[in-house]
Amino acid sequence: MFNDQRKEPGVDEALVLNEARSQLGRFSRRRFLQQLGTLGGLSLLTGCSISDDANIEKALSRVSKLNDTAQAWLFDPQRLAPTYLESQITRPFPFNAFYAENKVPVVVADDFRLEVTGRVAKTAAWTLPELNALPQAEQITRHICVEGWSAIGRWGGVPFAEFLQRIGADTSAKYVGFMCEDNYFTSIDMASALHPQTLLALRFDGQVLPPKYGYPLKVRVATKLGYKNPKHVRAISVTNIYPGGYWENQGYNWFGGS
Amino acid sequence: MSVSVPDVPQEQIKRPAEKRPTIHPVWLRLTHWLNALAVVVMVGSGWQIYNASPLFGFRFPSQITLGGWLAGGLDWHFAAMWVLFINGLIYLVLNGLGGRFWRKFYPLSLRGVVKDTAAAFQGRLSHADPKCYNQVQKLAYLLVVVDLVLLVLSGLVLWKSVQFPLLAALMGGYDSARFLHFYSMLFLVGFIFIHVLMVLLVPRSLRAMIRGR
Repeated sequence: MFNDQRKEPGVDEALVLNEARSQLGRFSRRRFLQQLGTLGGLSLLTGCSISDDANIEKALSRVSKLNDTAQAWLFDPQRLAPTYLESQITRPFPFNAFYAENKVPVVVADDFRLEVTGRVAKTAAWTLPELNALPQAEQITRHICVEGWSAIGRWGGVPFAEFLQRIGADTSAKYVGFMCEDNYFTSIDMASALHPQTLLALRFDGQVLPPKYGYPLKVRVATKLGYKNPKHVRAISVTNIYPGGYWENQGYNWFGGS
Repeated sequence: MSVSVPDVPQEQIKRPAEKRPTIHPVWLRLTHWLNALAVVVMVGSGWQIYNASPLFGFRFPSQITLGGWLAGGLDWHFAAMWVLFINGLIYLVLNGLGGRFWRKFYPLSLRGVVKDTAAAFQGRLSHADPKCYNQVQKLAYLLVVVDLVLLVLSGLVLWKSVQFPLLAALMGGYDSARFLHFYSMLFLVGFIFIHVLMVLLVPRSLRAMIRGR
C-alpha cells in the first residue's frame, strides 16, 4: 500500500534532487543575466538591475501561473486531439526520459500493484490482470514534447475517466497526481483527467507497453505535452493539494496543455 | 492624424512656434517601442527554445539567447507573448479605427516599389517629408505587420494545437507551423536589421519615433 511511511523517504529524495537541480538552473540563469548586457539596454528598458534575478524569476513564475489559468480557460473538455492513420505512426517512436535508455526501470508484472490514494472511495491496489479486464480504448495521437519535436504513436488502455469512476474518485477535486517507478512525478487538472482521450495506457502499437515507453503503465494525456504523460506509473492520488511535478518544480509550466 | 487622441492637439497648442506637425501620434510611439521590447524578448527566448530541438543543423549561440535554459526561455516567451499580442491588437485597432493605415499606406504599387528601390540604391530617395512613407517603406512596414500576425498565429498553433484545430489545419499541421514560425522569425529579424540600418542612415526618423516630430 501507498502509506505515508513508505511515501516520505521517496518524496524527500525527489525534493533534494529537485533542490539541487533548481540550484543548477539558477546558476545558468545568473549566467544569462550577465549575458543580458549584450542585448544592449534591455535591462535598462525593463528597469531591472542585473542583480535582480530573483525578482525577475518571481515575476516570470507568476506569469506562468497566470498562463495555467489561461490554458484551463482555453481547454475545451469535449474537444478531441487530432487522430491519425496507422501509416502515420512515427517509427521508431523516440525514447525520451530524464535518464538514458539503459536506466529504464525493470518492473516485474506479478509484483506490480497500482496504488490509489487521496479523495477516492476505493483505495484497493490494482494488479495488471485487473486493469486489463477493464474496458479498453485505443488512439493514434500526436505526442508533443515541450522541446518542440513531436511523434505520432498508438496507445491502448483504460479510459481514465472510467478508471476514476471505478475507484470512486471525487471528480470535484482539483488535481490528479502520479508517482512513478523511476521517481518521476507529475500532476494534471481534473478536467484533463476526465477528457475522453486520457488513457491509463497498457499497450503501445498493439503490443504490451514496452519498458522504454513506460511498462507496465503510462498515463497518456493527448491534450498535454510529453512531460505531463508519466511512464511507469505506480501510484495515483486524487487531491486538492497542489502536487507539482518533477519538471514543473524546476520552472516548467504546470498546465502544459497542447 | 489621430484627432481622437488628446495629446496631439495639446502638443500643437503648446508649441505653435515650432510649426512642425506631429509625425507619429503618442499611441503609435508607445505601441512601437513596446512592440520592439516584446520582439527582442520573443526572439531571444525563441532562439533558446529552438536550441532544445533544432529544425536545422545549427543552434543559436547561448550568448544571444534568453532564459539560460529551456524552461527559462519558455517562461520569457510565454510572458512576452502577452505584451506582443495585446500591444499588437491595440496597434491594429487604433490604426484601423483612425484610418491611419489607409492614409499611410495608400497608394502602394509594385511599380512604385521598384522605382523607389532603384532610387534608394542610387542614393536619390527623398526623405523630404517624414510624414510620407516612400513606397519601399510602405511595403516593408505592411509586410512586417503581416509577418507579426503570422508569427502570433503560428505561435498559437504551437502553444495550443489541440485547442485551435482550424488554425492548425490552415498552418498545415503542427510540424509545418514550426517551420512557418521559424521562417517568419527570420523575416522579422531581417526586417529589424534593415530597419535599424536605415534609422542609422536617417537619424531624424529615430527622433520622430521618440519625440513625435
